[in-house]
Amino acid sequence: MSELVTKALVRDVELPYGAGTMALITLDNGEDHTKPNTFGEQGLLSLNEALDAIAARADLAAVGVTGKPFIFAVGADLKGVEQITTREDALRIARLGHAVFRRLGESPVPTFAFVNGAAMGGGLEIALHCSYRTVSAGVPAVALPECFLGLVPGWGGTQLLPRLIGPEKALTLIVENPLSQNRMIKGPEAYALGIADAMFEPADFLEESMRWAARVVNGDVTVERAAHDGDWTSAVDRARTLVDMRLRGAAPAPYRALDLVALAHTATRDEGFAAEDEALADLLMGPELRAGLYAFDLVQRRAKKPAGVPETEPRKITKVGVVGAGLMASQFALLFARRLEVPVVLTDLDQERLDKGVGAAHAEIDRLLAKGRIKGDKANQLKALMTGSLTKDAFADADFVIEAVFEDLKVKQQVFAEVEAVVTDDCVLATNTSSLSVTEMAAGLRHPERVVGFHFFNPVAVMPLLEIVRGARTGDPALATAFAVGRKLGKSCVLVKDAPAFVVNRLLTRFMGEVVAAVDEGTPIETADHALDPLGLPMTPFTLLQLVGPAVGLHVAETLHAAFPGRFGVSENLARLVAAGKPGVYGADFTIDPEARAIFDGGTDPSTAERVRERTLQALAEEIRLMLEEGVVADARDIDLCMILGAGWPFHLGGITPYLKRMEGLLLPA
Amino acid sequence: MSREVVFVDGVRTPFGKSGPKGLYAETRADDLVVRVIRELIRRNPSLPPERVDEVAVAATTQIGDQGLTIGRSAAILAGLPKSVPGYAIDRMCAGAMTAVTNVAGGIAFGAYDVAIAGGVEHMGRHPMGEGVDPNPRFVSERLVDQSALFMGVTAENLHDRYPSITKERADAYAVLSQERAAKAYADGRIQPDLVPMATRSAQGWGLATADEPPRPGTTLDGLAGLKTPFRAHGRVTAGNSSGINDGATGCVVAAADVADELGLSKRMRLVSYAFAGVDPEVMGVGPIPATERALRLAGLSIGDIGLFEINEAFAVQVLAFLEHFGLADDDPRVNAYGGAIAYGHPLASSGVRLMTQLSRQFQEHPEVRYGITTMCVGLGMGGTVIWENLA
Repeated sequence: MSELVTKALVRDVELPYGAGTMALITLDNGEDHTKPNTFGEQGLLSLNEALDAIAARADLAAVGVTGKPFIFAVGADLKGVEQITTREDALRIARLGHAVFRRLGESPVPTFAFVNGAAMGGGLEIALHCSYRTVSAGVPAVALPECFLGLVPGWGGTQLLPRLIGPEKALTLIVENPLSQNRMIKGPEAYALGIADAMFEPADFLEESMRWAARVVNGDVTVERAAHDGDWTSAVDRARTLVDMRLRGAAPAPYRALDLVALAHTATRDEGFAAEDEALADLLMGPELRAGLYAFDLVQRRAKKPAGVPETEPRKITKVGVVGAGLMASQFALLFARRLEVPVVLTDLDQERLDKGVGAAHAEIDRLLAKGRIKGDKANQLKALMTGSLTKDAFADADFVIEAVFEDLKVKQQVFAEVEAVVTDDCVLATNTSSLSVTEMAAGLRHPERVVGFHFFNPVAVMPLLEIVRGARTGDPALATAFAVGRKLGKSCVLVKDAPAFVVNRLLTRFMGEVVAAVDEGTPIETADHALDPLGLPMTPFTLLQLVGPAVGLHVAETLHAAFPGRFGVSENLARLVAAGKPGVYGADFTIDPEARAIFDGGTDPSTAERVRERTLQALAEEIRLMLEEGVVADARDIDLCMILGAGWPFHLGGITPYLKRMEGLLLPA
Repeated sequence: MSREVVFVDGVRTPFGKSGPKGLYAETRADDLVVRVIRELIRRNPSLPPERVDEVAVAATTQIGDQGLTIGRSAAILAGLPKSVPGYAIDRMCAGAMTAVTNVAGGIAFGAYDVAIAGGVEHMGRHPMGEGVDPNPRFVSERLVDQSALFMGVTAENLHDRYPSITKERADAYAVLSQERAAKAYADGRIQPDLVPMATRSAQGWGLATADEPPRPGTTLDGLAGLKTPFRAHGRVTAGNSSGINDGATGCVVAAADVADELGLSKRMRLVSYAFAGVDPEVMGVGPIPATERALRLAGLSIGDIGLFEINEAFAVQVLAFLEHFGLADDDPRVNAYGGAIAYGHPLASSGVRLMTQLSRQFQEHPEVRYGITTMCVGLGMGGTVIWENLA
């Protein structure tokens, strides 16, 4: 794929207050803000050429760098990484970046970055190389997201930022934020952290930045910067503890970043940059980065254009019905009301439950209002949109009804039959089942083609994944509508077949089943629970079990056991744990509850952690292979997307299939 | 009730030449206004933004980036509190002048304490007459001469009315305007009231810090050979006319007592103003009856006026004014910094440029008590504002 080259355009600008001429570099790839400026080799060379021309001049008082509207620059051209096939290549690109960017930091005249818009990765590093920086108060994103993908900010970021703002704050940007769902900061935060020396409002950011630059050039403004020679070791150690908690050593990039920041305390500029080059070269050739880029592409692209969406025009939604008024139902009401801004009616047979359900949703609105997330008028609107009804007649003019009643096929069939008696013929009926058959649920209806599965993850407002289930008779209009609604709800939708437990729960249960089985066989809980640590999953299996609740875990295990008895077991010990009313194997202090331990005692064939890991990964590989054969999803990418968004499985595994592919003996079909 | 109204401060963007290579080819008109409003607020830190009671912004063509009730939309974009209202004004070339007189009337009546008034015209984005749909009755009932809508032709018509004003006199006046503008720049009279404007182009961002239209070094010989596009062997050329330009202006106008309360500068006091109508086909005579009326309202005579800022839409229209009032073509009191022939004339914005320049000249000439700003207006009008020097 050819590079969309970010050109370094240069114009002379007469600075105000007679401060002389500034050569102003505009970074612009010629596209609008939807295709932000990035740096590949050609882009670097264009900037280098501009700096050559500038270096040849003796008449300049200053050099400035700014971006195109709304965008400063968002870093390296990730598409270019695929073309890097040798370590030499990788090293060359790393060095080229340094060679070009460092000229901005070693210029005989002062250099200024005017950060007018999003500045990430290499984009922010360009700014860091400059002598001074201004930032627009309207900048939505300042970040060094490299560690999120599997790289380090190695075009100067790890060396310059800690010296500019101190190691502690620098590590927040370099390591902590990328590992916290790739958090980004806004212009005012960047200014508060000391990344920028001055901040101006977006309305006339560039003009006021140049005025400020002129005053710096004239000596009317002096930029004071604190020295940062305090305790670097403890700052780095603190960050290392955090990285260990998250990753347990599973991905190399954040550790390399920690080492580089530590090095920045003492290394010379040349040494520091050379160390960055080596780190980049290693990481660029490593599988974690490749998996990270694959995962990034999935969530950036595939999540936004899901596979298998029918071309049919989706039905316009003007009113939504929610059957039930429990916790899940009120979460749905809130989500639908906030996102679709149409009336949402909850129904329940019991006035008290109904009041409680609607009340819970209204209370959440009050919380949002108190936090300043919504304004008073909006709160009034949303509350008025969410009402309760004791009869389903209120669904008569609804276009979309979702049920959130007890997870029992008979109950759900009954509910859908009652709803169908009231609603129009093309009203879409959605079920939030996590394990029941959507096809069977629709079986008794006059219009089974209107039924789809709409499997959310808890908490509904937060989790980004929505598994949309096509039953055997689900029609295109209902499916298209489900995708349109899912998208409006802000979810990433993946089309799945009506197969037991769909994707995320099926894989997590299989995975869990192996770990629990190992414990049943006599493996110590600690050993089994930490056997997967080298993967760097967001939590251990028993922590996950604690989170979802052993009863739910057991229920899904039973469902899957019924469907696939050979591969999914039901642990008697787990059943006993549930019967004992335990919240999990861990006590309130996160140590293993002795009673829980006693419940699992008695196995006679303990495994090593390595063996547990091996069997679990083999089980995952087998299950994925079978799911692909069954056609549960269109291809392996959807499995990975589901695991990333629904289970929080990490980028460095690429979800899971890239990792399984590179593990010997666990090869999956392509 | 009636309150004294004062001119507090005025600024403008540098003016640009319209067209694809012009300074503001890639710059929005509303952004020009926003920059002016923000600069006025920045330059007058003792004026709390919430004390601005009105934002009146003129534009001749009120569509696209000059549409959407530009006074209000620019106020919001400039970050003024949402409690500050705004509106749009059109009186063609006298738009900004009308913005000032409107808010001044409101202040005198007690409706406002402080207002921002200004104008904008991006003639590159909005050529004169864009989207107009003249009523056919203008022609069928001979309400106006067909030439009335073509400003250059009305200037030729004005030469006909004043046969003594020759092309040579018009060219000589144009040379003087260019010379005076160049001197004003050299003396640093213009720059203090310009606000630098970022400009985008295919070559990247730039910064407009000076007017683009002036042609220092213009000579009579150089002008002599220019085409007369409005009439074969005519007298009106690009050299003795203002150009096609882009730019925005703005000023702060306040009740005198409120200016005192807030510690705002009081540069000039509004004495009187008047607008007058004339035959549209000779719209350039408009300043004459407008000035006569304004003088009458003020109880002054032309001899009381020590400084003149007259918009140079065309040299002939300035010369007609001078001839009428018995002033010499090169009277040093008239357009001492040069005029629109040099700086350009982004239609609705120009009125405030005249006022800002007059206020600077007042500072240089504390001995002068009264000055006027006057301009001709398309469709046959003139507007005049008489000011008292408070410097």
